Amino acid sequence: MKENLYNYILGIADNSLILGQRMGELTGHGPSLEIDIACTNISLDLFGQVRSYYQYAAKIAGDGRTEDDIAMLRKERDYLNVLLVEQPNTDFAYTIARQYLFDVYHAMFLTALQSSHDITLSAIATKSIKEVSYHQRFSSDWIKRLGDGTNESKLKIQNAVNTLWTYTDELFHQTEADKAMVTEHIGVDVTQLKKAYYQKVTSLLTEAALEVPKLKWFQKGGKSGIHTEHLGYLLSDLQYMQRTYPNMEW
Amino acid sequence: MSEEQIKNLEQQFEARIARDEKIEPKDWMPEKYRKTHIRQISQHAHSEIVGMLPEGNWITRAPSLRRKVALLAKVQDEAGHGLYLYSACETLGVSRNELYEQLHTGKAKYSSIFNYPTITWADMGAIGWLVDGAAIINQVPLCSTSYGPYARAMIRVCKEESFHQRQGFEIMMKLANGTPEQKELAQDALNRWWWPSLMMLGPTDAESVHTEQSMKWKLKRKSNDDLRQQFIDQTVPQADLIGLTIPDPNLKWNEERGSYDFGEINWDEFWQVVKGHGPCNKERIDARVNAWNNGEWVRDAAVAYADKKATKKQRQAV
Ligand SMILES: [Fe+2]
Ligand SMILES: [Fe+2]
Ligand SMILES: [Fe+2]
Repeated sequence: MKENLYNYILGIADNSLILGQRMGELTGHGPSLEIDIACTNISLDLFGQVRSYYQYAAKIAGDGRTEDDIAMLRKERDYLNVLLVEQPNTDFAYTIARQYLFDVYHAMFLTALQSSHDITLSAIATKSIKEVSYHQRFSSDWIKRLGDGTNESKLKIQNAVNTLWTYTDELFHQTEADKAMVTEHIGVDVTQLKKAYYQKVTSLLTEAALEVPKLKWFQKGGKSGIHTEHLGYLLSDLQYMQRTYPNMEW
Repeated sequence: MSEEQIKNLEQQFEARIARDEKIEPKDWMPEKYRKTHIRQISQHAHSEIVGMLPEGNWITRAPSLRRKVALLAKVQDEAGHGLYLYSACETLGVSRNELYEQLHTGKAKYSSIFNYPTITWADMGAIGWLVDGAAIINQVPLCSTSYGPYARAMIRVCKEESFHQRQGFEIMMKLANGTPEQKELAQDALNRWWWPSLMMLGPTDAESVHTEQSMKWKLKRKSNDDLRQQFIDQTVPQADLIGLTIPDPNLKWNEERGSYDFGEINWDEFWQVVKGHGPCNKERIDARVNAWNNGEWVRDAAVAYADKKATKKQRQAV
């Protein structure tokens, strides 16, 4: 099997899987019905993307595993998502800050992935970019509303951005699979996205009357399967049925 | 307006309804019509959003990605139903915030079925199949009710509910045809949801209030007992088809009536849950109240932001 391509796909898909799972936690509990619907929609879009990626990964693996086996039956150390997306829904400010900090990256990444020489990945990127542009519009609008809303909302969103900032740098780290895929013109060179990312985020935070954190220390590890303590609980839910009732169809 | 004039208007109003004309928000309507509609439509809207909770409970644990996506979409549809119905209700001169307030303080009711817990995955199948199924039976007649905004909302809602019902049945079918363990999950869910689903069609006719007026206004076209019979007659063959047993030893086809006879419903349980003492009444209301209270600062921020934008625009215009 094409190990690098397989791992590369998981690296992309796991981000959507874990973030989709986080957004799905909010369904029915949103601050308003409209926001509830929007968050559920983001979750739906992400899981839709996840299915395309894992179906492709399953084909590459070619060992009989299905999309669900890949999504739900790996060990905690085998999930390759960035730490950012697994951070909990502490409050709506955290949800929005997490979403926004990921959306900006995600849109840039998918834009670049559209020119992948792998036609399946390029097609998934083209389909997903429309959805992700909508996510980015939603999260940027809320960053502005919260940043330039009330004193309380400003404090909360600033606090969330400050806390989550430490997880942004990892978005631009390259794994071995990344490097190999870049060489084959299949993957995106994420190091090239970093400058534009921070420019874009800085400009929006400034517009939202927020401060850009001046952090020098960053957390990493997700891409090599070393996660925060939050992930295990998320996986317990995600995997519950597959673990409790193994080898069944649903 | 003199009493006679009002009487005249009322007569014209009832005549319009009898002619199957739709009443629209700007039309004159008797105060009682308005109040009854606010009560029923808001109760329906509340049922949609409280109904999101028992199913939302399984989103993070759905057994496959396909099922997770379908469940998310279903619960999102219910939020959409809530949205149309609150909007329909607002056309009668009440705000969504007032309606929430009534829900949160326990003044307004919602469908009691959502006060039962969803404890296994099979409950997602049972709810779709039985609860959405019973909802359709209740709601299809409302597609031609007299109040225009409600009727139009119901047409959209009913289309989606039948999709939910098929989806739920498909979950049950898959379980019923699965491993013995899966079949047991399905049967257990049917055992737990069957009677509450029958109760969902409302108290028995002898105990049902304001039916006559509702019939006139086309808020109701058949009695609760007739709807219940229709639901049972429709559902029993579906259970047979997938090899599940309806948990009613007295269930028997009655050749003469062309319908199923069925056992006694436990009305004490029904009233207990309606009066707020079901297994999850407190959890459901707490979840709604918490979502609302925790979201207050978010909604306030949106209002403050919009105000600032508006002021800025005004200043620029000057
Ligand atoms: Fe609904
Ligand atoms: Fe409904
Ligand atoms: Fe439904």
